[in-house]
Amino acid sequence: MTEWPLYEVFLRGKRGLNHVHVGSLHAADPEMALHHARDLYTRRNEGVSIWVVPAAMITASSPDEKDPFFAPAGDKVYRHPTFYEIPDDVPHM
Amino acid sequence: MTMSLDAPDETMLQQHFDSTIAHEHRVEPRDWMPDGYRKTMIRQIAQHAHSEIIGMQPEGNWITRAPSLRRKAVLLAKVQDEAGHGMYLYSAAETLGADRADLTDKLVHGQQKYSSIFNYPTLSYADVGVIGWLVDGAAICNQVPLCRSSYGPYGRAMIRICKEESFHQRQGYELLMTMMAGTDAQRAMVQGAVDRFWWPSLMMFGPPDDASVNTEQSMAWGIKRHTNDELRQRFVDMSVPQAEKLGVRLPDPELAWNDARQHYDFGSVDWDELSAVIKGNGPCNAQRVAHRKAAHDEGAWVRDAATAYAAKTSRRLEAKT
Ligand SMILES: [Fe+2]
Ligand SMILES: [Fe+2]
Repeated sequence: MTEWPLYEVFLRGKRGLNHVHVGSLHAADPEMALHHARDLYTRRNEGVSIWVVPAAMITASSPDEKDPFFAPAGDKVYRHPTFYEIPDDVPHM
Repeated sequence: MTMSLDAPDETMLQQHFDSTIAHEHRVEPRDWMPDGYRKTMIRQIAQHAHSEIIGMQPEGNWITRAPSLRRKAVLLAKVQDEAGHGMYLYSAAETLGADRADLTDKLVHGQQKYSSIFNYPTLSYADVGVIGWLVDGAAICNQVPLCRSSYGPYGRAMIRICKEESFHQRQGYELLMTMMAGTDAQRAMVQGAVDRFWWPSLMMFGPPDDASVNTEQSMAWGIKRHTNDELRQRFVDMSVPQAEKLGVRLPDPELAWNDARQHYDFGSVDWDELSAVIKGNGPCNAQRVAHRKAAHDEGAWVRDAATAYAAKTSRRLEAKT
C-alpha cells in the first residue's frame, strides 16, 4: 500500500481571527483530510473554518538563513508605532 | 550550478542549540539539533503516542456494556479523545523525521513500548471510574510539566492534551461518587477497583530516581522537568484527600501524613512487578498488542479502497481539465 500524503491543518478559531497551524494528519485526498481534521482538531468547537494543505506544497524559510532572510525587517524599527514619540496628553493615540 | 554557502560547523550549531535550551526558548522542527536529542525526543513522543492508542483498549472494553446511555456517550467521547491524543503525538513525532507507518509497525512488533498501566485488565465498570480518576490523574501529573518541553511541537501537543484530560479525570471521579452513593455491592466494586489500580498507578511515574538512567540528560535538555519520584510524591499528595472525600481506602498501610516533610509517606512500590510488565509479562501485554495488530490488519482494505478512490477521482479531475 502506498502511504497517504501528509496534510498540514490550519484552524480559524472564531470569526475575525486568522487561521492558525494546529498539526498534521494523513489522508488519501483533500476531502478526507478535511473530515479527519474536523474529527481530530475540532471535537470541542475549536474552529469555525479549516484549511488543509498538502505538506509537500509548503515552502518554508530555513532557520540557518534566519539572519540574512529576516534582516530586511530587522533594521526598520520605524515600522513599529513605538518608534514615534508622542506627548502623553495627546488623546486617542 | 549551485551557490556554495559556508556550512556552519558542528560546534557553532551545538552552541546555538545549547543557548536556545539555556534561554528556555523552544527548539522547532527545522532547527539543527544533536542526534541524541532527536532520537530521545522521537522515542519519548512515540512511546507516549502508543500509550494513548493502546490506552483505548481497557476502557473500550466497556463501551458496549455501559450502564446507561449517558455513561456510554461519556465513555465514547473519552476513548475518542485518547485516539486524538495519539494522533497529535504521532504528528509531533513526524516533525522530527519519524514515519508514522513505521512507528505503528514498531508498536505491533513489540519494538517500541507504551505505558505499563494499560497491561492490566478492567474487570468491572468501576474500573472505568478509577482509570479516569487515578490513571488520567497520574497522566495529568506527568503531562502538565511537559507543556514546557523544550521541543515546540511536543509542548504544543501537550497543551491540547492537558485541556482534554481534565474532563477525563472529572468524569471518572463523578462516576465513582455515583457508585459510592449506591448499594453496598457498588461500593465494594469501587474499593476493589481502587485496590487493583492504586499501585500500578504509582508505577506510571517510572522507576525510582536512583534507577532512572535517562533522567539527568533529559532534564539538561529540558524534555523532562521533574524526577519520577517528585511526580510520584505529588500524585500521592493529591490523591489521598480525594480518596478520603470519596470514602475509599488506598491499599497501603504505610500511608501517613509526615508533618516534617509536609508530604504523605507511602510504602514501597513493587519494582519487580513493574519491570516484569515492561518486559512484556504483565497480565494483558500479548492481548493488547495482538488487538492493535488485528485492528490495523483488518483496516487494510479500507485504506486501500480510499487510496484507489482518491486515485480515480484525481484521474477524473485531470481528464476534465
Ligand atoms: Fe490521553
Ligand atoms: Fe485521558
